Amino acid sequence: MEWKFRSDLPIYAQIVEQFRQSIVSGKLSPGQRLESVRDLSMEAGVNPNTMQRALQELEREGLVYTQRTAGRFVSEDAAVIERGKRAMAMEKIREFLSAMNSLGYSREEILSLLSEEKEEENNADS
Amino acid sequence: MPILECRMLTKRYGELAALDGVNLAVEAGHVVGLLGPNGSGKTTLIKLANGLLSPTSGEVLIGGKLPGPETKRLVSYLPDRCCLPDWMNSEQLIDFYSDFYEDFDAARAGEMLSHLKIDAKMRVRAMSKGTREKVQLILVMSRRAKLYLLDEPIGGVDPATRDYILETIIRNYDPEAAVVISTHLIADVEPILDEAVFINNGRVVLQKSVDELRAESGKSVDETFREVFRCWENS
Repeated sequence: MEWKFRSDLPIYAQIVEQFRQSIVSGKLSPGQRLESVRDLSMEAGVNPNTMQRALQELEREGLVYTQRTAGRFVSEDAAVIERGKRAMAMEKIREFLSAMNSLGYSREEILSLLSEEKEEENNADS
Repeated sequence: MPILECRMLTKRYGELAALDGVNLAVEAGHVVGLLGPNGSGKTTLIKLANGLLSPTSGEVLIGGKLPGPETKRLVSYLPDRCCLPDWMNSEQLIDFYSDFYEDFDAARAGEMLSHLKIDAKMRVRAMSKGTREKVQLILVMSRRAKLYLLDEPIGGVDPATRDYILETIIRNYDPEAAVVISTHLIADVEPILDEAVFINNGRVVLQKSVDELRAESGKSVDETFREVFRCWENS
C-alpha cells in the first residue's frame, strides 16, 4: 500500500482511514491476510505502536479480525464491509454538502447541478 | 518502573544552566523524541544518562540505578559525533563490539551491513560521512539493549540514508526497550515517535503523546514545535 500522511490528524486515524478505503473498495480482498505489525509499520514508516493501535480500531469495527497464531485477516463478512462502505460514502456526502453550503447553494440547487453534471458527463462519453 | 528517569536533574556550567530541574520518565516500549533547538540541553541530558557528565544536582536513573558499569550494560548510545576507531574496517568493528558488549548481535549487524553493500574491508577512515553514520547506527542498534539513546541520528545525512536509519529503528523495535531520539529535525522523526518531549533553555516545556498532540492541536508536532518556540523567542 502507498502511505501518505497529512499533518492535521493523528497518524493512527489516517492509517485506519486508508485501510478502510482499501477494504471497502476491494483493494484488500475479503479474507486476505495482512502483513505483520512490524512489516506494516516499516512499510508506512511509522511507530509500531501506532500501527497496532490502528489495527485494533479496525478490529473493533469488524473490518479485520485476528486468528490466534495465524495473524490478521480482512473480514469476509460482506454486510460489515458494505456498512463500512456506506459510512464512508455518507461522510463524503456530508463533506461535499457542507462545502456547497458554504458556497451558498441550497439543496435543490445542488441536486440540479448534480444532474446537469451527469448530463455533461454523458455527452462527453458519447 | 521507568527505564529512564530524571528527577530535578540540573547541570550548571558556571552561571549557565544547561539543564534546569528536569523531571522526565521514559517507559519501556516507547519511542520518545527529545526535541529542542540547538543549545537547548538535549546532548547534556543524554550525556548525563550515560554517566559522561555528573549532575550539579538532582539525579538521573536507568532502570532505577545511577549511571555506572551496571547501567552501561543496559544502554546503547549513539553519540552526536563519530566515535569509531578510524583504522578499523566494518568486519573488525563487529568483532570489537562483540568483545565489548555481551548483548551484541553480530549476525544481525553483519546482515544489515551487507544489505547496505558496505565493503567489509573498507576502513572507517575511507568511508563517507553518511556511510560512517550508517555503520555507527547499525552497531548501536544491533545490541539488545533496554535503552537506546540516539543523539542526532539523522543530522547531516541525505534523505535516502535518513529513511534507512528510521527504518532501522522501526525494524529493531522491542516492546521491552525504550528509544530516545534527540533531534531538531522533527518532521522527519515524527511518524516513528510515541511521545514528544520539548526542551528549551534546559527545561522540559512539554511532554505528550504524539497522537494526542496532533488530535488536540490539529497540527503536526513539527508545526506545534515551531509555534511553541516562536512564543519563547517573543517572550
